[in-house]
Amino acid sequence: MSSVVLLKIKHTDLKTNFKQIKEKIIEFILMLSSAATSITVVLIVFFLFIEGAGVFSKKPIDKGFLLAVNDSNPITKLEPSQIKDIFDQKITNWKELGGKDQAIVLFRTGDITDYYTDEELGANFEYFPEKINELVAKTPGIIAFFSDKYKSKDFKGRELDLDKISVFKFLSDEEWFPTAEPVAQMGVKPLIYGTLLVSFGAIVLALPIGLFAAIYLSEIAKKRTRNFLKPLIELLAGIPSVVYGFFGLVIIVPLIQSVFNLPVGETALAGSVVLAIMALPTIITISEDAMRNTPRAMKEASLALGASHWQTIYKVVIPYSASGITAGAILGIGRAIGETMAVLMVTGNAAVIPHTFLAPVRTIPATIAAELGEAANGGLHYEALFALGCILFVITFGINMLVEMVTNKQSHKKH
Amino acid sequence: MNVENRLANKKRRSQKIAFGIFSFTSYSVVALLFVILAFIVVKGIGAISWEFISEMPKNGMTEGGIFPAIVGTLCLVLASMIFAFPIGVLAAIYMNEYVKAGWPKKIIKQMTNNLAGVPSIVFGLFGMSLFVNKLGFGDSILAGGLTLGLLVLPVIIRTTEEALKSVDDTFRQASLALGASKWETTSKIVFPIAFPNIITGLILSIGRVSGETAPILFTVAAYFLPKLPTSIFDQAMALPYHLYVISTSGTNIEASRSMAYGTALILIIIVLISNLLANGLRKYYGKKVKMN
Repeated sequence: MSSVVLLKIKHTDLKTNFKQIKEKIIEFILMLSSAATSITVVLIVFFLFIEGAGVFSKKPIDKGFLLAVNDSNPITKLEPSQIKDIFDQKITNWKELGGKDQAIVLFRTGDITDYYTDEELGANFEYFPEKINELVAKTPGIIAFFSDKYKSKDFKGRELDLDKISVFKFLSDEEWFPTAEPVAQMGVKPLIYGTLLVSFGAIVLALPIGLFAAIYLSEIAKKRTRNFLKPLIELLAGIPSVVYGFFGLVIIVPLIQSVFNLPVGETALAGSVVLAIMALPTIITISEDAMRNTPRAMKEASLALGASHWQTIYKVVIPYSASGITAGAILGIGRAIGETMAVLMVTGNAAVIPHTFLAPVRTIPATIAAELGEAANGGLHYEALFALGCILFVITFGINMLVEMVTNKQSHKKH
Repeated sequence: MNVENRLANKKRRSQKIAFGIFSFTSYSVVALLFVILAFIVVKGIGAISWEFISEMPKNGMTEGGIFPAIVGTLCLVLASMIFAFPIGVLAAIYMNEYVKAGWPKKIIKQMTNNLAGVPSIVFGLFGMSLFVNKLGFGDSILAGGLTLGLLVLPVIIRTTEEALKSVDDTFRQASLALGASKWETTSKIVFPIAFPNIITGLILSIGRVSGETAPILFTVAAYFLPKLPTSIFDQAMALPYHLYVISTSGTNIEASRSMAYGTALILIIIVLISNLLANGLRKYYGKKVKMN
């Protein structure tokens, strides 16, 4: 009798034990899932920076190629931008670079036939290295760009030294031309300026409109009007960015072109207008939420003192919700900086430092989207685009942190 | 008295002007939405036909339909949701039902927010680096679907959390008091009650995924494919990428304009339907729960 009871107890014991283990396993699975976002963020940082850092250990010249000058040339080192100017024939004399007064003779591998006949080079170009060596040795003003495999063992010319791409140069150089021959120009300054200009324009356009709309929705509109308008404004956030880009391309771009009488309508302004439309829902929703959080007692106190409704809004509601409005504005800027497709389609994508809103510009995300398809996997260009991604990630991460700080301040104030 | 009157008048006038401006801007924003919608509907409606949604593109995308792009987008939505929906929901359950307030919760919350703030093109870079290259999936529905899934993960987590939060605590307490375990309470009581709202989040995510372009540029999207994808390791066309290509870099941009309008309209319709459906569901079940 007693043994049967004992058995029963043991059985239920086992059952609860099993149940407990099951609960623990489930909790573990749940915990793993909740770690997914954190893991993703870490992985994004890891992969972006691993790939992006590659660009900083390399020289801006294609692997296996070299630049050489005559041995008598006193110049030992050139900047990428100087080399580009030489090969674009903007610099034609070594004097301009601090060397001797001597005309620069450009030499690319293909130019060899200008100097030697096919017979001299051999049927299979077997005398190629020798001839290049000879040419470099006998031409004092030469600068030669050719493949490593054509460098003979007793090469008499002198290889030019190129600095590795440094973080500082990457950020401060003013030309972005990553596919340039012979030396890639990796300056992201025009892209950063372009991004900031377009985003700045967008926020200048969107902030007042967004703020006015938020004030109307939270303080003035009747409940029914609000319930009608708010979902519509939120719908604006749901439209895909590529549709905005298309709309900008067929409506806003031609409009800007005809209004300002420009040769092309694809300008920074077009980007700003499209981004402003896209940032509006963010700004309106967040500012409106902040304003609606203003304690009723504060508003009523103001009205009781004889202030008008409007005075109450701009002396009580707006100052009270200032941090929320700021958060909305910053988040709007963040959206604008990271936006890719719409900007890519309407800004014209010229990688030059912009001086006006009426010129084409190119932003960081648009550059990545436009160029990554053509960049060889693992190459210099590919890595440079990942480095751009890092810059973008750091900026948006910083913006998120800023928003977090601002909203935390607000919630502290409430208590 | 006179001065006071004038002051009051001035006050009233400035209020009138200010309020006038505010209501005008609000209605302008909404008008803007209608302008965009109306423009695309008016221009695109002519392109839409049964042929348009059921046939392959022809003649360098200037004629025919967008069937493969629709199929591709469906595949991507499916792939991303199969991956992200369960993880997102489980994560939200953990966050809302299991973990207590403290620093782990704070960190997870913060990371989720950060992930939501990452620009879509960075997801594209990441997807290309990890899924396409490192894991060797190549340009495929799998790589694109995973990338898009990670992108909407924060959306799913947030909406699910909201849904779980709206479940009254008395339900949990009653269930626990009857001897149910935590998981039993969560899976049999809390989850079913929150389910309609969780589905709302799913629908919104589907709208989001079908419109994203930047993350699929380098992970899956193809300019033109003569065949439909047959496995998850195939490339696919997709609606947003199709719109981008034929409106900016097609062989004959002018001739493919009507196709572009049609594609934009289909995209807008998907977004509108998912939004309306989500809102409708929210309202319907919101009322029902209150009635109980």
